[in-house]
Amino acid sequence: MSYDELRQFADSWGLVLMGVSYLTFVGWHFLPRGRERSDEAARAIFEQEEADHG
Amino acid sequence: MEQLVWKTGGWFALATLAFLAMLGAADFGFAVHMAIVCAAALAVAVLTMRRADYEGIARGWLKMPADQGVYDDDPIRWGVIATVFWGLAGLLAGLYIALQLAFPALNLGLEYTSFGRLRPLHTSAVIFAFGGNALIATSFYVVQRTCRARLAFPALARFVFWGYQLFIVLAATGYLLGITEGREYAEPEWYVDLWLTIVWVAYLLVFGGTVLRRREPHIYVANWFYLSFILTIAMLHIVNNLSMPVSWLGSKSYSAFAGVQDALTQWWYGHNAVGFFLTAGFLAMMYYFVPKQAERPVYSYRLSIIHFWSLIFLYIWAGPHHLHYTALPDWAQTFGMVFSIMLWMPSWGGMINGLMTLNGAWDRIRTDPIIRMMVMALAFYGMSTFEGPMMSVKTVNSLSHYTDWTIGHVHSGALGWNGLITFACLYYLTPRLWKRERLYSLRLVNWHFWLATVGIVLYAASMWVAGIMEGLMWREYGADGYLVYAFSEVVKATFPLYLIRAAGGLLYLTGAVIMAWNIGRTIAGSPLREEKPMNDAAYDAAADRPLIAQPA
Repeated sequence: MSYDELRQFADSWGLVLMGVSYLTFVGWHFLPRGRERSDEAARAIFEQEEADHG
Repeated sequence: MEQLVWKTGGWFALATLAFLAMLGAADFGFAVHMAIVCAAALAVAVLTMRRADYEGIARGWLKMPADQGVYDDDPIRWGVIATVFWGLAGLLAGLYIALQLAFPALNLGLEYTSFGRLRPLHTSAVIFAFGGNALIATSFYVVQRTCRARLAFPALARFVFWGYQLFIVLAATGYLLGITEGREYAEPEWYVDLWLTIVWVAYLLVFGGTVLRRREPHIYVANWFYLSFILTIAMLHIVNNLSMPVSWLGSKSYSAFAGVQDALTQWWYGHNAVGFFLTAGFLAMMYYFVPKQAERPVYSYRLSIIHFWSLIFLYIWAGPHHLHYTALPDWAQTFGMVFSIMLWMPSWGGMINGLMTLNGAWDRIRTDPIIRMMVMALAFYGMSTFEGPMMSVKTVNSLSHYTDWTIGHVHSGALGWNGLITFACLYYLTPRLWKRERLYSLRLVNWHFWLATVGIVLYAASMWVAGIMEGLMWREYGADGYLVYAFSEVVKATFPLYLIRAAGGLLYLTGAVIMAWNIGRTIAGSPLREEKPMNDAAYDAAADRPLIAQPA
């Protein structure tokens, strides 16, 4: 792959791919039930199932 | 028995190989390094052969609880001690080179103690030895608790700890001997780089294996930050250190890249070492230990996810801002600057997320010196991530670049954010790991907090003044078109500011010495220090009487 081809790809499809994957990763947590699951995850470190969780 | 013979024999063979490499070494530095490797391998061979329970002996010396509990905490306890030790060493080296800048006689006229060799010793000691040990120890602690699983591959976890210490010793002695690749924050030469690669892959296996063994469906956000730190550092380290040794028995190597491409690879590495080692890794500490110490969940879990992915997607492009006004193409400079400015938002989102975790418990800042330290760390995270993008703007950079402003910026991040959050985590961990009631003294934590804070303020303020003064003096033209100031005049003008900076460093080091004392006494199991408690309910004598029914 030449520099020009790489550059072409980077500022067209590469950029789209990055943007879409960013929005997917973040958007995932904003789906319905996302709030509930996130709150659950945030509280998980306080569940003292084992004695020496610290 | 047969296995023991093979194991010991393997270590002896390694020691012999290192000894032969020492004899055939092309240069003195390489010979010294091979002698160190030989001694380390011999020590391991002898210890393996004697087959004593060394972990048990160390546990007795270091007063570790004999009960192993649910989690594998011994490497974390060693890590806490190593972090305190390397922290003191790195800060002392920093204070010494700060004084060298003010008083050049302190170079002692020896090549081994010259500023050029001690400076990488200082930066590597604080970033990789102090910060790296803190990251490895806390990541092993957090991943076990949040996954509710014991460390995967316990023997490999011990190898990671000791292998990393060997890396530190080889790097540090190499700097003093003048072995360097000349790449900032990546100075160690090719064979030390290869060793670090092995250790780092082992680290990834232990951490990733523990995540895979988890008994908790969700992977807590701190582990995401730790994992991104481990993976990205592996990638950066390998690519930036691609090089060809001049001799297989010599310390010198040449980079695979040339010219401006080499420079950009180096700063792609350099800036992401800041982004993923000093930011993502320490944010992982923040996302676990701040909620735990505050006893309330993180302010917004979803904001932490946005924080995570934005850092991942943006940080990796910011490196070119280290090469403004150089041979790097103009578009690449602007590109780096734009991505640096975009980083403002996730950084401040993360800071707000950490600070707002205290929402509804702000009084803890008054009563809990560890929370106080965490809040100050977050404040400095916010300040340095505001200052950084500002300095990446080309017009600002034309004034700030090559001046002490950069040094001040780095230290407000390193001392303020990385240092304080690490100290807070050490204070959190020690009593829990050694099963003590609490720290030996909370008043001493408060002393540490104020000494460190005043130290950073002196440091950052003096370097701002020095940097802006240098920038302005260097660019000052007279009416006849000549530069007004000679370089030596600028150096002379910075003298008082260098003294203030060294004073700030002394205060910061004093705070760390107090921490070492406090943590040492906690580990030794001394009775708690007799002191006035940090928080007393106010006593009001007038109100302290029974309510008497008023006659109608």
